[in-house]
Amino acid sequence: MSGMHRDRVKGGAKRVPVQQAVQILSAVLVNGYIAGFQKGTIFTGGTKAVCVPVLHCYSCPGALGACPIGALQAAVGGVKRHFPFYVLGLLMLFGVVLGRAVCGLLCPFGLVQDLLHKIPVPKVRVPKRLDRPARFLKYLVLLVLVIGLPAFAVTKTGVTPPYFCQYLCPAGTLGGGIPLMIADPALRGLAGRLFGWKVLVLAAVMAASLLIHRPFCRYLCPLGAFYALFNRFSFFQMHLDGQKCTGCKQCERSCPMEVEVTGNINSPECIRCGRCKAVCPAGAIASGFSCGRKPGRAEGPKKA
Amino acid sequence: MRSALKHSAVLSVRYGLLAAALVLLAAGLLRREYAEVLQKAVRICLECIGIG
Repeated sequence: MSGMHRDRVKGGAKRVPVQQAVQILSAVLVNGYIAGFQKGTIFTGGTKAVCVPVLHCYSCPGALGACPIGALQAAVGGVKRHFPFYVLGLLMLFGVVLGRAVCGLLCPFGLVQDLLHKIPVPKVRVPKRLDRPARFLKYLVLLVLVIGLPAFAVTKTGVTPPYFCQYLCPAGTLGGGIPLMIADPALRGLAGRLFGWKVLVLAAVMAASLLIHRPFCRYLCPLGAFYALFNRFSFFQMHLDGQKCTGCKQCERSCPMEVEVTGNINSPECIRCGRCKAVCPAGAIASGFSCGRKPGRAEGPKKA
Repeated sequence: MRSALKHSAVLSVRYGLLAAALVLLAAGLLRREYAEVLQKAVRICLECIGIG
């Protein structure tokens, strides 16, 4: 597979710090307008015409780009109401190039959840009979809150609210709402029940992150749901070498998203964090950009 | 043989999606939809931060 690389690590997690370095760099880049945090204002430059690939509120004081989910809702439910060619084109481009590597490597809210999960409290493994159906919730959020309601639930003004951002998005509360309210007393005065609800949602997601790895990405994120549709076809792929795989399943035990790595390594749930690659004692897992060679899927372990 | 067919189907979808993404993006740029995104993104979205 062209561009594929393999980190051989003896049961360690050499890959994980690399992943976190990329996550931190991405968080710094998308939050590049530091002055915004001091002044309690948002960036108004031309780069905000471009959507970032990650879930990142454009009302965050540091945001240099636009939120793709916010922009999608604004196009579908705004005054002009049109097919979102530009936003959808950008999202598809991110999806077909990276798939859910965006979630695992670039998303700042993913980083927040990862860090919270490192806090040493007892962890919970969600039973499969609950976990599997619950993972479809994120597709419902995408279809109903991000597309359906903005497109069809027309209000008297002709503009529909961004339902996902307004009622569910914890990234907007953490990155936008709280810093702006801290810096601007006038905004603080306007905070009411809705803000209380949003803080409650954020607190619930953060508390769940202590116990479950990336609960928001697993169950609720509409952007993750969108990119999940591209995981199988994206240029960035995971690859399992069936000849090298011994079937020890260390990869599956260490996978934070509980993907069946040896069965479907490019599952829609794989966020390409590289944990499986780091722990594989046989060096059977690789990741990287693939332009033409066969992508890895159900290339099971060799028979003993 | 079956695996090769599967693989070529994946490749076809991959490049088809890439082409579709570029066509949509070009159409959006021609329609100047980026200006609409900019207009929305440079104002504080009160709903997004829990005020609106």
